[in-house]
Amino acid sequence: MSAAAEAPIVEVRGVSRRFEKKLDFVARLARRAGLPVRKEVVHAVDGVDLAIQRGEVVGLVGESGCGKSTLGRMVAGILPPSEGTILRQGCDLRSLGGSEARLAKLRTQMIFQDPYASLNPRRKVAEIVGEAPLYHGLVRRADLADYVDEQLRRAGLDPTLKGRYPHQFSGGQRQRIGIARALAVQPDMLVCDEAVAALDVSIQAQILNLFMKLRRELDLTYLFISHDLGVVEHLSDRVVIMYLGRVVEAAPSEEVFARPNHPYTQALLAEVPRIENRKRHFAGVQGEIPSPLNPPGGCHFHPRCPYALARCKVERPVLREIAPGHRSACHLNEAT
Amino acid sequence: MTAPTLELRDLRTHFATRGGVVKAVDGVSLRVDRGQVLGLVGESGSGKSVTGFSILGLVDPPGQVVGGQVLFQGQDLARLDEEAMRHLRGNRIAMIFQDPMMTLNPVLRIDTQMIETVLAHAPVSREEARQRARDALGQVGIAAPEERMRAYPHQFSGGMRQRVAIAIALLHKPDLIVADEPTTALDVTIQGQILAEAQKLCAEHGTALIWITHDLSVVAGLADRIAVMYAGRVVEEGPVEAVLDAPLHPYTVGLIGSVPSRNRRGAPLNQIPGMTPSMLNLPAGCAFAARCPRAAPGCSEPPPFVEFRPGRSARCIHPHAEGPPA
Repeated sequence: MSAAAEAPIVEVRGVSRRFEKKLDFVARLARRAGLPVRKEVVHAVDGVDLAIQRGEVVGLVGESGCGKSTLGRMVAGILPPSEGTILRQGCDLRSLGGSEARLAKLRTQMIFQDPYASLNPRRKVAEIVGEAPLYHGLVRRADLADYVDEQLRRAGLDPTLKGRYPHQFSGGQRQRIGIARALAVQPDMLVCDEAVAALDVSIQAQILNLFMKLRRELDLTYLFISHDLGVVEHLSDRVVIMYLGRVVEAAPSEEVFARPNHPYTQALLAEVPRIENRKRHFAGVQGEIPSPLNPPGGCHFHPRCPYALARCKVERPVLREIAPGHRSACHLNEAT
Repeated sequence: MTAPTLELRDLRTHFATRGGVVKAVDGVSLRVDRGQVLGLVGESGSGKSVTGFSILGLVDPPGQVVGGQVLFQGQDLARLDEEAMRHLRGNRIAMIFQDPMMTLNPVLRIDTQMIETVLAHAPVSREEARQRARDALGQVGIAAPEERMRAYPHQFSGGMRQRVAIAIALLHKPDLIVADEPTTALDVTIQGQILAEAQKLCAEHGTALIWITHDLSVVAGLADRIAVMYAGRVVEEGPVEAVLDAPLHPYTVGLIGSVPSRNRRGAPLNQIPGMTPSMLNLPAGCAFAARCPRAAPGCSEPPPFVEFRPGRSARCIHPHAEGPPA
């Protein structure tokens, strides 16, 4: 573990991301005529603070539409935040100039969910993996072939297959190509967005083992985004749980699974099907996930929360420490 | 003894492709009784979905049921003509698909689709049909069904659409429902709600349910019996507890071992080496032999499906005797 004095590898401060739908012609006309037409704004990520230390594996959990992928993309530097700052080792990427910023961005790479959609079908594997390191001057053209072979071998692929196209590989192998491509630019951090969600159980185990092996070998830091709590529990040192754009709970892995604090976390953990549970009675959290276009006021979870108080409807709960390293955003913690 | 709700005997569904014959389902025998839940588990390409489609006679060319029997309450569906099959499908037997948009017509309102389904099989008035549709929606936990019925499928969320699809499957209180990965695309909290509905249904109406999934954790909580498929064949079958706690087939052992919660946190997961074989080019003997840690020379012969104990079968000549090694 890193010393406390060292700046976190990534620090997210008060970051929000909004997506706005531009008004179309009819809506603009209507507005000019004095009708109450408003722009539709989705608060995908709403005031999130998060620090990741070097060498940590942080699991980011939440259901569809909770903003976990959007946050991941901002951490990876492929989407700018609408508000707030993202510090990379204490340094704001936006303050850096051209080539410096480019090299700094290379150090965070992303692994995507769909290994079918994230690889260019018209390029051979060798080109997919070799393009970026060559462009960024990390390897000389003369050494490129050996370099690509090494990347593929490290990701568990046979380098003799590098003349093939992505469609000639299975899902698990394609995910390995994606990993080889990400590692080819020598990052120190990987953002994995549902990287094993599309894979069969036995293949998923192979890829998860590969992630753990690479972590040891290359001293990588991971932000592991997943809806699968079983996978996150297995892999992560720390777990962050999001609901409708906000972090509701963050704590070390054992802590979250042993003593979940937020009612949403408790509900989520109760619903996870586990192989150990036989013939259980499914109850289900009541209600649907509200639309992020029009989230409920106060605590976003209050309409589905069995313990909601009057205060929960109006006041947004702050994420505060309830035990060492364990933070939760719930008014109930103050009531007692 | 009454006949089981569904019994498959040596079902064979093959696809004639340019590359050769794909034996997607190759000699599958299963049974489900009234009110029972059978979990049909397998990875992509194991033939679990094709088995489901074969039961309802929904296999499209070049696929064809080439052998075996599909006995529904003693009647062989594989020999039934299309017209007779139409009377059963959606009436006595229903299917729920992974993607509810496969079931729902995007340009028709929910009520139109549901009333049509009721009238197709029941000689009732339109008003009565509407009433039944409304009740079915209420049953699957859709609030304000009267109002939501007038919506189009795109106005629903994924979980709601799946509930509508389930409500449609329930309209005629079928004796058998085949559910093909119905919760795979849904969030955990919504999945919990759908599983609760499914459980209630079997308990209240005595509907037999075949739940097709790749997720062992889901069937662990839901099913009475589990059948594990690999490369077009059932490799192991038995009660949930027996299959999950003391699996016989090395593939089942590997599958259970690769579930993260079965492993110590942070430790390498048990993994099955290699990948599923190409269905065009299956080995003559046991299809799993190339990946199997217990493979022996005898495995090059096709292994028989042996009943080791009553209700406990596996297709392996070197089964694990008392569960997986620690």
